[in-house]
Amino acid sequence: MILAKVLGNVVATQKNVRYENARVMLCQQITPEGEETSYTVLALDAVDAGVGDTVLIVQEGWSASTVATGKVGAAIDSAIVGVVDRIDLLEDEEK
Amino acid sequence: MQLARVIGTVVATVKNDSLEGRKLLIVQTLDKNLQSIGKPMVAVDAVGAGVGELVFWCRGKEASFPFKREDTPTDCTIVGIVDSDNHVTR
Repeated sequence: MILAKVLGNVVATQKNVRYENARVMLCQQITPEGEETSYTVLALDAVDAGVGDTVLIVQEGWSASTVATGKVGAAIDSAIVGVVDRIDLLEDEEK
Repeated sequence: MQLARVIGTVVATVKNDSLEGRKLLIVQTLDKNLQSIGKPMVAVDAVGAGVGELVFWCRGKEASFPFKREDTPTDCTIVGIVDSDNHVTR
């Protein structure tokens, strides 16, 4: 799973049937420290995440399609499976 | 899934049986600002996309799921057409 920040969403009328009633969210991967990386990804929302939320994204097809649509075998490679409240990191002794 | 712009088409007469009748399109992946990122790729179309349209594609084994024949050999399939550039909200 990756940590990401929700930037917004994408509206598509014409889409694969398994995407019906799903929200496609535009997300940007972040480091555990909260810094943005250059990797952006579209993920289906399975937890009612909102813009600005830090989220957990699973990038494995079986898990992503199951959690996002309730059934396996959809053309979905990324899904938001959690909204992150807090990240605790071991303190860097160098600092 | 990734945002991309359809920038061309590919014609292949000799191909795997399960790709018969499938549209092959060249897609350029885009970042959050709709700027090109990485190299263009060939994608199989599952939604009726055309050149110039903003789409999103799915990677990996899941890419073959939209098709009746799940042995369709694709690792990149267009699964949605974004209504317009303004429909990517940030």
